Amino acid sequence: MAEEKVSIEISKEAYEKAKKLAEESGFDSVEALIEFLIEEASSGLGEGEPLSKEDEEKIKERLKDLGYI
Amino acid sequence: MVSRPHGGRLVYRVATGKRREALLEEAREVPRLDVGLERAIDLLDIAYGAFSPLEGFLVQEDYISVLEDMRLHDDTPWTIPIVLDVDPAEIPGVSEGDDIALFYDGKPIALMRVEEIYGWDKKRHAQLVYKTVDVNHPGVAKTLARKELLVGGRIDLVGEPPNPFEEVTLWPRETRVLFRERGWKTIAAFQTRNVPHRGHEFVQKAALTFTDGLLVHPLLGWKKKGDYKDEVIIEAYKALIANYFPKNVVVLAGLRMNMHYAGPREAVHHAIVRKNFGATHFIVGRDHAGVGDYYGPYEAWDLFNEFPDLGITPLFIREAFYCKKCGGMATEKTCPHPPEYRIKISGTRIREMLRRGEKPPEYMMRPEVAEVVLKYSNPFVE
Repeated sequence: MAEEKVSIEISKEAYEKAKKLAEESGFDSVEALIEFLIEEASSGLGEGEPLSKEDEEKIKERLKDLGYI
Repeated sequence: MVSRPHGGRLVYRVATGKRREALLEEAREVPRLDVGLERAIDLLDIAYGAFSPLEGFLVQEDYISVLEDMRLHDDTPWTIPIVLDVDPAEIPGVSEGDDIALFYDGKPIALMRVEEIYGWDKKRHAQLVYKTVDVNHPGVAKTLARKELLVGGRIDLVGEPPNPFEEVTLWPRETRVLFRERGWKTIAAFQTRNVPHRGHEFVQKAALTFTDGLLVHPLLGWKKKGDYKDEVIIEAYKALIANYFPKNVVVLAGLRMNMHYAGPREAVHHAIVRKNFGATHFIVGRDHAGVGDYYGPYEAWDLFNEFPDLGITPLFIREAFYCKKCGGMATEKTCPHPPEYRIKISGTRIREMLRRGEKPPEYMMRPEVAEVVLKYSNPFVE
């Protein structure tokens, strides 16, 4: 199944900056750049806690599989 | 409430999804540095938050501060320098600000932003961390054999060395969820690199009398010759917990982390790491993380007093012995009887007996535990 997409609006100025940055950094598209930056911000630099609901579910699943819960 | 991560925020620098793909792509294009298993394990501990608030290998400002003052530059307690050593020839043309790819066993495991490349005085490092420059000390020998320069900078994990203990490996985010699921608010952590004898069991149960749960946290990683092999420790603890602890009061989880044998400094380090796993209490035993007679038996206890801001409560529990008059395990604080009634539970003596294929008496080691060890033709690191 294809990954669900949503649209967001940003200023033209920010878009132009993102486009230039994407081209310079070798990203295929502005969308790819933004997805990368979001993942970057939500990893080490973001919060380790609280976890996203999805991450927490994955952890619970693993703990169940290993017999911890 | 479980402990807040050290430094206030649990670090998580494990790249996933598209970000990991992009970083793997980058790893093919930037200078490569090969690392051994010990540095690969450091990378895991950084990336999964066991070493929070570290986000990478120490830069010079933090390195000097840790070495001299046992604190990071921002004053957060930190006692063991976590450093990446290199030879200049390994990173030709690499400058501060560059990215490098760290490879283990031919595969990229991390990307690192080189923030600083600096020299270090290995003897001074040894003197301050290990309180000796004696090359017979395993930590000193390792330090002196390390390379000429240090590289500091943040890392992102993109791969992992193979883990033979996947089924018992939990990282801080996982133990924190687990403790919450179990409803534990207070957790005593027990660090070990041994199979359990009755003295260990005694201190674990002493801690459990006033905490909700116990985290038995054996180190899986480099250990010195003569120590128990990792698989033996894990299996022996499974036997102990199954037979001598109530259900669901103990979590047995392996921790991939290197031993330094730095005694008092390492005891504090071990406490900080367990705080990141969510533990609220940390059991500090006799000669914690020591080797030979380089450290006083209770020297680590004194060092803890220098860190009122540690954020985890050390539990100082004296060495337990078997008292023939009491008819059970006891400590100097609980037993009034003279030495002739007391039998010391000596780890060295137990190892000698096991090496000869003998089962230690039950007051020293549970039979189920001894049977596990004796199953192995050689249960010790060679």
